[in-house]
Amino acid sequence: MSHDTPHDALPTGMKRWLYTTNHKDIGTMYLVFALIMLLTGGAMILAVRAELFQPGLQLMQPDLFNQLITLHGLVMVFGAAMPAATGLANWMLPMMLGAPDMALPRLNNWSFWILPPAALLLVTPFILGLAGVGTGAVDTGWTMYAPLSIQTGWGMDFAIFSVHMLGASSILASINVIVTILNMRAPGMTLMKMPMFAWGFLMTATLLIIIMPVLAGGVTMVLMDRHFGTHFFNAAGGGDPVLWEHIFWFMGHPEVYVLLLPIAGAIPHVLSAFARKPIYGYKAQVYSLWAITFLSVVVWAHHMFTSGMSVGGQLYFMYSTMLISLPLAVLFFCWIATLWRGAMSFEAPMLFALGFVTLFGWGGLTGLVLADAAADAQYHNAYFLVAHFHYALYPTTVMGVMAAVYFWLPKWTGHMYNERLAKVHFWVAFVGMNLTFLPQFFVGLAGMPRRIPDYALQFAEFNMLSSVGSLILGVSHLIFIYVVIQCVRGGAKAESRAWEGANGLEWTLSSPPPYHSFDVQPVVR
Amino acid sequence: MSEPATPLAVANRRLAYKLGGVAVLALGFGFALAPLYDVFCQLTGINGKVEQFNLPPSQMKVDRSRSVQVRFLSQPMPGMPIEFHPSQSSLSIHPGDIILARYWVRNPTDTPLAGNAVPSISPGAANAYFKKIDCFCFREQTLAPGEERELAVTFWVDSALPKSITDITLSYAFYGAVKKS
Amino acid sequence: MKLRNGLPLLGGFLGALAAGSTWADYRWNFPDPATPLAADTLHVHNLFMLIITVIFVAVFAIMAYSMFVHRKSRGHEPATFTGPRSRVQWLWALVPFAILLFIDYIIFGIPAYHAVLTDADSRNGAQMVVKVTGLQWKWQYEYPEEGIKFVSAMSTPREQINNQAPKGENYLLEVDNPLVIPVGKKIRFITTSTDVIHSWWVPAFGVKRDAVPGFLREFWVRVDRPGVYRGQCAELCGKDHAFMPVVVHAVPEAEYLQWVGAQKTAMTAQADSAGREWTQAELMEKGKAVYEANCASCHQPGGEGIPGAFPALAGNKMMKAPALDPAGRLVRGGHLDRVMNGAPNTAMTAYKDVLNDAEIAAVVTYERNALGNKTGDLVQPAQVKALRGSKT
Repeated sequence: MSHDTPHDALPTGMKRWLYTTNHKDIGTMYLVFALIMLLTGGAMILAVRAELFQPGLQLMQPDLFNQLITLHGLVMVFGAAMPAATGLANWMLPMMLGAPDMALPRLNNWSFWILPPAALLLVTPFILGLAGVGTGAVDTGWTMYAPLSIQTGWGMDFAIFSVHMLGASSILASINVIVTILNMRAPGMTLMKMPMFAWGFLMTATLLIIIMPVLAGGVTMVLMDRHFGTHFFNAAGGGDPVLWEHIFWFMGHPEVYVLLLPIAGAIPHVLSAFARKPIYGYKAQVYSLWAITFLSVVVWAHHMFTSGMSVGGQLYFMYSTMLISLPLAVLFFCWIATLWRGAMSFEAPMLFALGFVTLFGWGGLTGLVLADAAADAQYHNAYFLVAHFHYALYPTTVMGVMAAVYFWLPKWTGHMYNERLAKVHFWVAFVGMNLTFLPQFFVGLAGMPRRIPDYALQFAEFNMLSSVGSLILGVSHLIFIYVVIQCVRGGAKAESRAWEGANGLEWTLSSPPPYHSFDVQPVVR
Repeated sequence: MSEPATPLAVANRRLAYKLGGVAVLALGFGFALAPLYDVFCQLTGINGKVEQFNLPPSQMKVDRSRSVQVRFLSQPMPGMPIEFHPSQSSLSIHPGDIILARYWVRNPTDTPLAGNAVPSISPGAANAYFKKIDCFCFREQTLAPGEERELAVTFWVDSALPKSITDITLSYAFYGAVKKS
Repeated sequence: MKLRNGLPLLGGFLGALAAGSTWADYRWNFPDPATPLAADTLHVHNLFMLIITVIFVAVFAIMAYSMFVHRKSRGHEPATFTGPRSRVQWLWALVPFAILLFIDYIIFGIPAYHAVLTDADSRNGAQMVVKVTGLQWKWQYEYPEEGIKFVSAMSTPREQINNQAPKGENYLLEVDNPLVIPVGKKIRFITTSTDVIHSWWVPAFGVKRDAVPGFLREFWVRVDRPGVYRGQCAELCGKDHAFMPVVVHAVPEAEYLQWVGAQKTAMTAQADSAGREWTQAELMEKGKAVYEANCASCHQPGGEGIPGAFPALAGNKMMKAPALDPAGRLVRGGHLDRVMNGAPNTAMTAYKDVLNDAEIAAVVTYERNALGNKTGDLVQPAQVKALRGSKT
């Protein structure tokens, strides 16, 4: 256990980070890794948006374009969004639950250090491809549909092994989180007294343990089809390409909620703190998180309406998908009711939280129309879909995480960040995000398919707007980096309770907190 | 670790192993999806795969009150450089009748070709009612250089076919021989 | 707060769009529907968008009100409630969810149910059948009743894509051989593929259906007004996914029959021309044109290929080996075999159904005698014709 490491004997330099079993160090590494991946995936998609600025092929050929969109998807989901949430969990769970550290500190170290090699494995063929070696990175779209993923070059093999490692990492991290939450809570903290954030992450970890192995099995089948003569996805040998779609979306749909649930857990803390009012409907929110978790694993085939499905299948997946709107509506209701008749102030975490609630609201509502199995033919794989899921995912995985980071940054660093710049960050991101994705709804309705490097002339104006928006959105993250560096290096001293309305065990610790969060567990009444 | 494990550490490790077990089960489930999917498809007729059946049961009456149009299509697949066509483009049949249909195939190359014809039926809802008694698709076909051949399929359509289905399409994708997994 | 002003504006903007008819412009909503299904989808879509916009505006108006009134800077004292406490409050808390369920399962659910049934109804009363086969990166159309079969490929020149020439009006949405169908007839489309999954999509028809290799899928279309309808492949299918458009000419019945007649005449003419002996010069000239149109994008205009991706044809040993054996049979794995049947699991398509006998003979002759090769071999259209064939 990490208790027995005396503070003065800490290794220094690289070794400290390599060997650390401390939840704060590992949390920091997760967050920095996620930020690097966010910038990597962002740079990739900025290159894509630059190509799409006007019709014609200007900057790249289709094969490079396909690699970029594929890597963007995989890097953002598995490299940025999930590690960012895990980083928050690592930092905050022991502090919020009144524990000294995570339950399995060495496993924690391991689950982080699998990530960087996995990410390298994913992008190595891309870099080699640019240098003229090999066939480039995986270029099948992040959905990796067979038989395209059987046919394509060696980038797919790299991606398969990378997915195995990313999967292993997130399974290990999830095991750690579940054990921490179930075994390490402060005396008196029953499950139903637990912070919302712990609930959100508990649900996410549960989902991950179920879905990531299925994806790992699926990509292994792809690997076997590619190299060992099996025919899981080939009709010639009795297989079926549509089987891959089922396997992928059995993982892929819950994955969306994997990204959402930790944020849906963190946001109530922020809203409550800045409305200076307790969380509304705690139990209702917890039950909704359960409902979402359950429903998320039984609706996957609504991603496959156009692949041909029986009438019964279409109706089932349509109506069950619509059902998800109910628990989500409960969450929205509770979030807004938490604000209602509070005493609000609008610091950066609050702005990001409200931005999340608003934009994710629109993302969710547009998802409702996509659930219609017949109308889906018009939306599916068109830019409308792209716009929809970016309205769902950007507010969640970036704005939601930003809200949490700004909220807890004073706790982590012991300094207040530059509030003015942080607000600028929010507004630039808010404008950039809407300018990027709102036009994509229209261009999708007009008939532009996704994943094309070149498009017909009637789509030109909206694409140009979207490209301009993406540049603004990209710049907003640079402001964020500046604010964080400034905050780490100094600034006004943060109180233990950095925000007036903040509640929870983490705010009883000093800012920054001691190396071991709670050596003596607090007692919760 | 040299120190004796605390009860909490033991409990933590035990729970971690259990959760690891859940992950392993989930991995098994991932692989089990392949056979499960086949079973599911056979029950629901989702992807149009078909299997061998016997003659229609004697109590099944031929339903002369309606006829169903069965259309035949062919698709030589890449890697199988054959000429392959149905000998009749469509047949009007009664449910319950035993039907013989033919395809024609030729190997125009200088090399023997072996391959399998993989059937597919549309709409998927008709699949469960389309019963093949004998079919060239049950066996691997080997064609000598320059050889041409008639291929036969014998089938019946179950009288229980929903009235809403009036047209069925049967297609064969002719693949080069593969090692069965 | 700026947010307060921004949100209703955003909602109003979308609300205006949702009204549909006020924005007849192609670029703001679905294209004008040409089939009953598309009309249905547009109707449902407009209704959905209106409702979700109203929900969005209503919910966020409440939030915006709260953000304006319940502020610390205005001295508002925070309340402490954490849930509904009285019966009236419970009622208030439950009403939104009842409304939501009503919208989900009644207002959305019922039209969606009907749309799904309509969409699936390709089984009944179709008056004709068209088979659509996805190939990397072309569509093949087949009219089984008429014996007509052809490949439809994008006709936009590479110079336009590479910005070396001004872009035409139908840039990327134009093909050499459009699909021709009669208006007013219920047509069953059967889709399949020979390589990877493609998806056939014409927005004005309101249909999109995947083409799955080895399996059939079907849908139906009845076009109500004549016109030219354009769409694209909607499932990432590799390098030239963006360059795989769909163009459909919907014409009156009489015109359709005329077209069918012309196709049949052309097929006879093609068979006749394949029957005669061609000179080397004729074959080389035609072969060059076929090469530039079909092969040069991968194997490059000079035949040098792209290392690691597409093999060079210049100096390729396949060119030196015979294409046909002495008995006139196709040499397996030989040059002509590759051109006609493609190479499995690569981007090399089978051109058997894309090109006619004379075109195949010409391009093979061209490749064997140009691009740095000089075998002196001629392949005659009649030899190709003998290889494929109809039942004798």
